[in-house]
Amino acid sequence: MMHIDVGLVLRGTVCDLYSNLVTRPTGAAVRTAIEQQFGEIGAPAVTTIDFSQVNLLDFSCADEIVAKLLLRFTSDDGPPGFLTFRGIHEGHIDPIETVLERHALALVSWHEGEAELFGCVEDDERDHWLVVRDRGPVQVETVARTLNVTEEFAMAQLERLTRRRLVMRRDEGYTVPGVVQGGPGSLPTNGSGVQ
Amino acid sequence: MTTVISVPPSLDEHTFEQVIEQLAATPEGSKILLDARHARWASPYGLTALLCVPQARTERIAFAVPENPDTVSYWSRTGFFRHAADLYELHGAVPRAREAHESDVLLEITPITKSDDVHGVVGRIQQKAADILHGQLNLDTAVTGAFGMTLSEACQNIVEHAGLGGWVAVQTYKYTRRLGRRVVVISVCDAGVGFRKSLESSPGHRRSDRWDDAMALEDAVLRAASRFRHGDAGRGQGLAGIRRFVGRWHGKLTVRSGTARLGIIPEWDEDVPMTEGLPFFPGAQMQIIIPERVGEAPARSAGGGAASRGRSRL
Repeated sequence: MMHIDVGLVLRGTVCDLYSNLVTRPTGAAVRTAIEQQFGEIGAPAVTTIDFSQVNLLDFSCADEIVAKLLLRFTSDDGPPGFLTFRGIHEGHIDPIETVLERHALALVSWHEGEAELFGCVEDDERDHWLVVRDRGPVQVETVARTLNVTEEFAMAQLERLTRRRLVMRRDEGYTVPGVVQGGPGSLPTNGSGVQ
Repeated sequence: MTTVISVPPSLDEHTFEQVIEQLAATPEGSKILLDARHARWASPYGLTALLCVPQARTERIAFAVPENPDTVSYWSRTGFFRHAADLYELHGAVPRAREAHESDVLLEITPITKSDDVHGVVGRIQQKAADILHGQLNLDTAVTGAFGMTLSEACQNIVEHAGLGGWVAVQTYKYTRRLGRRVVVISVCDAGVGFRKSLESSPGHRRSDRWDDAMALEDAVLRAASRFRHGDAGRGQGLAGIRRFVGRWHGKLTVRSGTARLGIIPEWDEDVPMTEGLPFFPGAQMQIIIPERVGEAPARSAGGGAASRGRSRL
């Protein structure tokens, strides 16, 4: 598990004096620095992008960082790992949701020990994701039984969520990225004991 | 022969059209005196747009400063003369530059030429904006972040599209005539290429018979078009975000570019949504007005997300 503090990346790579993620060049520089970390040590199974130390996030930076990282991870030739987000506060939601909608993307965010889903998801996807979040690691049969759908349908939805990197396969079942083994709902920490 | 262009006593986004009208009728290369001696008041739009005038012309323009000492003092506090001295040949008594300290000058006139300037503007305004937006205008504390975001996106348009530096100013004042309430006003003006030329430079641009400044404004402001959109679907969200912010807080947004002016007009104002056939002025001139809140806070606009904190959280 890798934990990336976006505020620290901003100050370390762009300017010590900046505390706001504004302007497209700044967002691009921060994303490039994050991608360099992946390039140097390889993308781990789960990477948490932490916005806790980011005061202001504008649309341009949300697009450059959140959307473009997700687009890379969800592309056919993208890295194998999963991205989760944390530290998203009320002021970040509008720009993040806007860029997710624009690119038809979704993300998993952790807040106060609970996973949340942001962005564009269909109703069936959301229903399946909720079962995985609340009961995972969970098998296809359990999801199908819970939602009263066929196993084929449940499998298709779960595979779709997996391709979108919103759930991950584990122990023959499915779980939300960032869940501590044996402890659903636990908050991802800065590295140890997670995934 | 010198052409004298009169600056109206009260200079705002409407009366500034008189300046543009006189300017447009003056051939390029003519000797010009911009006569502001009788000016008594100017909005942030008026002052930032005034700084665009010499940038829009090739000849050096003379500028007669206001005669009223209070006006001169106020314009000085906004930082106007500090920048005007570099652009105009000033005539008249100008006080020594001082720091802007009046509470209604939220952000003195600031040049925007590069991304670092946007960081500076957003950083400088943050604490002051929180105090004024929440304390004076009774707006929700959540508005501060959205305000900074709006300011950032508006200024970035200059850096990314204008091809020439521009100006930003933010002030609060009592909007007595139309509203009877306090407002916060953001003005972002440049004399660059304007929306039409910017969009025309996109590889994906298809010019139609109807293509003009008005249509370019509609594309950019209402349909989130951007010259970078070709190959990058994420572009063009800045103005859409500004529009959403303005709508959420019952504000007013106007953008003038070339020969057209588009407005997102709230119920408290009687302005028109689109004006065409205006005298040409280069670049883009944007004004955002957010009024003091009375009554309940507006509901958040519907977003595209499946869940968010404080709403339908999953």
